[in-house]
Amino acid sequence: MTKMTNINHHLTDELIMGYSAGKLPEAIDLLIATHISMCDDCRAAMESYDALGGALLEDDTLITDIADMDDGSLAATLALIGEQKVTAAKPVISDVPAPLAGYIGGSLSDVRWRPVGMGVRQAILQTEGEAVARLLHIPAGVAIPHHSHGGLELTLVLKGAFTDEDGHFGPGDVEIADENTDHTPVADLSEDCYCLAVTDASLKFKSLLPKLIQPFVRI
Amino acid sequence: MEPDQQHWIDCIRRIRDDKDQSAFIDLFRHFAPRVKAFLMRGGTDAALAEETTQEVMATLWNKAHLFDPTRASVATWIFTIARNRKIDAIRKQRRPEPEDIGWGPEAEPDQEDVLSLQQDTARLNEAIKSLPDKQRVLIEHAYFGDLSHSEIAEKTGLPLGTIKSRIRLALERLRHSMA
Repeated sequence: MTKMTNINHHLTDELIMGYSAGKLPEAIDLLIATHISMCDDCRAAMESYDALGGALLEDDTLITDIADMDDGSLAATLALIGEQKVTAAKPVISDVPAPLAGYIGGSLSDVRWRPVGMGVRQAILQTEGEAVARLLHIPAGVAIPHHSHGGLELTLVLKGAFTDEDGHFGPGDVEIADENTDHTPVADLSEDCYCLAVTDASLKFKSLLPKLIQPFVRI
Repeated sequence: MEPDQQHWIDCIRRIRDDKDQSAFIDLFRHFAPRVKAFLMRGGTDAALAEETTQEVMATLWNKAHLFDPTRASVATWIFTIARNRKIDAIRKQRRPEPEDIGWGPEAEPDQEDVLSLQQDTARLNEAIKSLPDKQRVLIEHAYFGDLSHSEIAEKTGLPLGTIKSRIRLALERLRHSMA
């Protein structure tokens, strides 16, 4: 899986920052990690927000209550070094980026699809937390019937492309929609479209949104 | 005086190349209490924070060969290890990470690139120090606090854009060298 060069629709700063701070549900982390695997621009943004986390760890005006380690902590850690299993990332052969391949057990052809009508198929992925990740397979030229979803919906194109009222979305592009977005995505005629879609499913997550929607650092 | 960033990079190298315990002890004394404080600030009790911190520091030894000083400071690298461990061990979620693109240089990194990132990092550290207290606390909450904190809507003007450009450049070079 190589980097895409024609990505026009990116993640927002607030999503990247939430990912870097480690505050988002697993399903959203999955979509972000998959997009960043395809997009160096968002990868650089993520590493910058990581740098902010690192700077905070070094800031004595913030870490005013530097915790004492237990007695024997260093010795226990040195002992742990040899015991710890270091799992090297296995090279994955897949038609999707590595973070997603781990969730579908290989490639798009390994996915256990369920029909949802109009020839569209989906597969819900196993994630913890208050958001749902699903793969969508939309046959060429087919429209996803208008659907309502409460809260946030993120759609990342893996293969093929679709068009809706907000524009044309090709591989690597992310569409970010909320309950006010009225859209009817139609897959391009030339090939089938595969997407990773994430919806937030709970009030709890919605209450998390305001602070993420209001970024206080823009890069 | 606080040891500088180069000192921490040297410590990681000494662990990687010589399995140097004294380098590890240096890093441990400085960073372990900070990692523990970071975990406790997020609501983790002291015993679990202690255990998790030991795991984070052991990981640092075992993954020393993966550290790339052209793309992250040592503090940043430790932050990412601690954050991932927190999600995994404390929040009990998997942490999907982006596909690796050669984090872990085969050759020694270009010293000029390492220095530039150090300068950017020093500027960021200074900028955080000079923020008004209220903004500093808000940023700290966003990273270290638990989920239920107040809304954040203030711009801070932190020099993150320069770091982003620097990393963007490093990524381009990496892509070029792999092509």
